[in-house]
Amino acid sequence: MSEKDMAMLFNSGVLTGEREGALLPPSELWERKKGGVVIVECPQRIPCNPCHTSCPTGAILPFADINDTPKVDWSKCTGCTLCVSACPGLACFVIDLTFSDEMALYKLPYEMLPLPVKGQKVQCLDREGTCIAEGTVENVTQPRKDRTHVVHVSAPKVFLTTFRAIRVVESV
Amino acid sequence: MRKLSTDILVIGGGAAGLSAAAEAASAGAGVLVVESDLRLGGQLIKQTHKFFGSKDEYAGTRGFKIADILLDEIKSFKDSVSVLQNTTVTGFYTEDNTFTAMRGEEEFFQINAKKTIVATGAQERLIPFPNNDLPGVYGAGAVQTLMNVYGVLPGRRVLMVGAGNIGLIVSYQLMQAGVEVAAVVEAAPRVGGYWVHAAKIRRMGVPILLRHSIKKAVGNDVVTGAVITALNERFEPVGPERVLDCDIICIAVGLSPTTEILSQAGCRMMYVPQLCGTVAQRDRTMRTSNPDFYTAGDASGIEEASAAMVEGRIAGLSAADALGYPTEHGKIDEYWGRLESLRMGEAGARICQGIECVLVQGWEGVVYV
Repeated sequence: MSEKDMAMLFNSGVLTGEREGALLPPSELWERKKGGVVIVECPQRIPCNPCHTSCPTGAILPFADINDTPKVDWSKCTGCTLCVSACPGLACFVIDLTFSDEMALYKLPYEMLPLPVKGQKVQCLDREGTCIAEGTVENVTQPRKDRTHVVHVSAPKVFLTTFRAIRVVESV
Repeated sequence: MRKLSTDILVIGGGAAGLSAAAEAASAGAGVLVVESDLRLGGQLIKQTHKFFGSKDEYAGTRGFKIADILLDEIKSFKDSVSVLQNTTVTGFYTEDNTFTAMRGEEEFFQINAKKTIVATGAQERLIPFPNNDLPGVYGAGAVQTLMNVYGVLPGRRVLMVGAGNIGLIVSYQLMQAGVEVAAVVEAAPRVGGYWVHAAKIRRMGVPILLRHSIKKAVGNDVVTGAVITALNERFEPVGPERVLDCDIICIAVGLSPTTEILSQAGCRMMYVPQLCGTVAQRDRTMRTSNPDFYTAGDASGIEEASAAMVEGRIAGLSAADALGYPTEHGKIDEYWGRLESLRMGEAGARICQGIECVLVQGWEGVVYV
């Protein structure tokens, strides 16, 4: 893909690689962190800070200017998902690589209907909505009791940089 | 004809107007809020998404919940805030400093106010294209009202025109309601709204077609589709064209401030592209060149609701202060600090340029006639 097409893709709301406000955690820390760590994909300066104010451990660092993009100290992150449900942009995700040898646990924000249930198979979508795998729902939580759910889905680790949403298909 | 009188008249009971009323009442002023809709809350009551900003602007809280918070605040002032719903201020007559108003379609009356805060919000813009009068072509505000206020599904499959925050958010809300979004077309080479709002619908599979626009609506009696086209860098339709199946075309191409009352009151007006239209010049207290008129919210320039609420606070505080009610010293500076921080992002830079054009340091030498 040409540089110009990549720029257009990003300008339409698709992340095209790491950049400020959308960095990945260091892999050796990520691989051994039980509960997982947060991945923030918030690359634009906008006036918003609930990720920081909702963080109970100080992992999402204080904002000098409320328009700054979020910065994370992953060593402090417990993967609690409070930011996942607090972020108005649904731009926080938790990925736990300690789930099993092959599979990671993806904890993703979900505000659609129908709500999946534990054990259900769901489609794993990439940042353009393409189905890239099938995942299994391991848990459905509602951390802040405000109708933003967090769906915990197990899926292969190879999708850790691409799998960011689910589609719930009514089972036949 | 019946005549009402009040210390402070707030025209418009949305985010800015309710904030203004609460602030003025907390200083001890008597306030009358006049709202043309059947219920208070303005655009807030349609907003099912969580707001941005900081805790001071209720970040992380859904818009309609913020309306509830403001309404509770208003109620706490008991009789010092009265509210007229379903009531439109139809004009201001400078000769005798009187407003005319109409409740429903039968009841006409006059209002006299010592100070007036114009928080009338905005109107949606539309773009011309063939067949744009077919049933099924909606403004985004109407779609939101149908879905989120009245619980009525507007259709099955939508083409969204415009990728500003409203276009992106309404697309997301349509999907939550079970409507399929065929595509979002945006004439500019990037989304105008927050990138994260775009990412939300992109990962649900919605195409956002940049440098694209609608060419015409298709259908005999109702919308059955739309022809969309690519645009060149001068926004000229150069194709290729495509036909999309859809039964709703939702127009979200921007808003213009609603300012007729300010013009009628002789306030000095100014066209400011960055604020999306003609707005009143104002000082740091949100006072206009007419010493009895203040402005706040989208009526003073199109911006986020978070900023509208802060501007409303400033206008309410200033109007109460001008009437001699005790107000906390330095509070205006605190509110300006909040506005400045809200305006320091990418979108804020444009707003700041606009504010710089309309903000005056004082009114010395300006004779109000």
